[in-house]
Amino acid sequence: MPRTLIEPQFPIERLSILDSEGNLDASLEPKLSPAELQRLYRGMLLGRRLDERMLRLQRQGRIGTFAPIKGQEASQIGSVCTLEERDWLVPSFREAASMLWRGWPIEKLLAFYAGRLEGGQPGPEQRDLPVTIPVATQLPHAVGIAYGIQYRDEDSVVMVYFGDGATSEGDFHEAANFAGVWHGPVIFLCQNNQWAISVPLKKQTNSRTIAQKAAAYGFPGIQVDGNDVLGVYAACREAVDRARAGDGPTLIECVTYRLAMHTTADDPTKYRAEEEVKAWEQKDPLTRFRAYLEGKQLYDASVEAQVDEEIARAVERFESTPAPDPLGMFDHAYAELPAHLAAQRAELAARLQESTQGDPADATAPASPPMRGQRTTTRLDGLIPDVGRA
Amino acid sequence: MAKLNMVKALNLALLEEMERDPDIVIIGEDVGVDGGVFRVTEGLHRRFGGRRVIDSPLAEAGIIGASVGMALYGLKPVSEIQFSGFAFQCFHQIENHAARYRQRSQGRFHCQMVMRMPYGGGVRALEHHSESEEQFYAHIPGLKMVIPSGPRTARGLLVAALRDPDPVVFFEHKGLYHASKEEVPDETEALPIGRAEIVQEGRGLTLIAYGAMLRVAVEVAETLQLEDGIGVEVLDLLTISPLDRETLTASVSKTGRAVIVHEAPRSFGPGAEIAASIAEGAFLRLEAPIRRVTAYDVPFPGFAREKGNVPDAARVLAAARETLAY
Repeated sequence: MPRTLIEPQFPIERLSILDSEGNLDASLEPKLSPAELQRLYRGMLLGRRLDERMLRLQRQGRIGTFAPIKGQEASQIGSVCTLEERDWLVPSFREAASMLWRGWPIEKLLAFYAGRLEGGQPGPEQRDLPVTIPVATQLPHAVGIAYGIQYRDEDSVVMVYFGDGATSEGDFHEAANFAGVWHGPVIFLCQNNQWAISVPLKKQTNSRTIAQKAAAYGFPGIQVDGNDVLGVYAACREAVDRARAGDGPTLIECVTYRLAMHTTADDPTKYRAEEEVKAWEQKDPLTRFRAYLEGKQLYDASVEAQVDEEIARAVERFESTPAPDPLGMFDHAYAELPAHLAAQRAELAARLQESTQGDPADATAPASPPMRGQRTTTRLDGLIPDVGRA
Repeated sequence: MAKLNMVKALNLALLEEMERDPDIVIIGEDVGVDGGVFRVTEGLHRRFGGRRVIDSPLAEAGIIGASVGMALYGLKPVSEIQFSGFAFQCFHQIENHAARYRQRSQGRFHCQMVMRMPYGGGVRALEHHSESEEQFYAHIPGLKMVIPSGPRTARGLLVAALRDPDPVVFFEHKGLYHASKEEVPDETEALPIGRAEIVQEGRGLTLIAYGAMLRVAVEVAETLQLEDGIGVEVLDLLTISPLDRETLTASVSKTGRAVIVHEAPRSFGPGAEIAASIAEGAFLRLEAPIRRVTAYDVPFPGFAREKGNVPDAARVLAAARETLAY
């Protein structure tokens, strides 16, 4: 018997349209209207500015720990913008820009990171899952939703986000395998940001790419420059169209970089070199895209002030929200309150009534005490449980 | 009225609810063409097709994780885990997600899903095929945990579980599948989840059991009536969580004595919560310490040694007599 070569079912491609030097491959340039291009920039900018604002809010003790997105704005906006309202978004915990694009109010995200359950509530018609914290566990949910879409013959698709670290988890394998077998309308969007807290990609996998993992499950995978919003858009447009047409899943690996810390409780100077960060700062997705817009006379500097104003107003709304009622913890444990929980609720209600302090605002005191200076903050933050790992 | 064994009774519940509600789908290993390794889903693939009765890849986290997604979408999956001993490979999906989506999304999403799992010992099976793990699920807020004791309660509780808007872990004792036939009503009957049944009334002692241990409890009650002339109240728990504390407390308030029987290991098992609930609700009526007859706190010892571990009538009888003599 001869030894023969089995041709790969799906060769792995890499896509880059607008590189960090501003070179554009015009043959691949997506056909987006000026308004659409401006909207993409605005979405990325909003993500970046909110991130910066949240970091200050966290350092001041006005919200708790969160996972900054800095550096990943193109991966998020370039992908989420290809979804229709009827499509499903399944985030992990580092997709603030994508969630904002989908209409999550800024104050709701702030509430989430201030430890309020209300921050996890999607709108009544919104087909977005709330933040999922355990790494990769949201991937099978996306596949189940895709099954539902097939079952009811809908033409929606599901986009599920995860990081490079998540591809080491069993749930990644199980979800991708189910998706391959079921041929469902799901887009696996990996933001390969090179670091899972302190573990670099080379310690995470010996695969040359993450994209190639798709081949094992029988669907296409593509690697794209994740800091190139046009490249991400083009790859996702193709994958979304394919999924909607009934042609199954795609794995998209966005090669990007986490410019900030894993979460506000993390100090990346412990494990990665400043030069590496500096090199990636040169590939900043916003700088590159802004230059592209300027070249087309589409950049309007007033957008910066508009975005800051939008954030400032939302922070005001967030901080003027009344303290949540502690009894709310019982509201959505079950569809109907079982007897033992009704008794426990009554116990808490009585305690709140009796309490001399009696001020439910206690329950919403700052998630961490107000602090000044990063060193102190880092040390104190170490005491606060981490929100995730990748 | 038809006389059915527990396998047929469960199959009937699935069939009639799937006829009624097109959102119900079944997913699991070998549940389709093969009809399940215990034949609980026999014939359903033929009746409803592969889109509704899904032979899944061999992956527990995938099964429960995808079921969570289906439920978030609006389907009502019935997920079969082939043996409860394998459910630790999907435990995170149950604890982290199925049980929590209602709260995490503040009511925007919820997981109406039933997770069926054969459990229990005394069936001469290997490790991971003989354990009782109900305590893990009973401890999880947001979940319900149900264990029928025979064909009638299996059918009635599975119908109720399929209609329940909250996620239900549904344990089926392997030893009961073919153990007996019972009259099952022609009309679809949903038994209330969260309600224990008093199987027989008595004033001398309350015997609390569920699943396969109910038969042991009934046998012991008969012996005590016959040999000691003592009327024993036998309580079939049926739902482990939420626990029917009202019925427990009322019964022990009347009898003053309680013996709890379960197959799960003793420490931190359901018996601990049951005993604490009785102590809280009926302390002044107690005439004797609450006793637990359970498996010992050892890993599954292999079926050659199982007889000494799973509670039997002799052990329960001895505990009951000691409690009565206290």
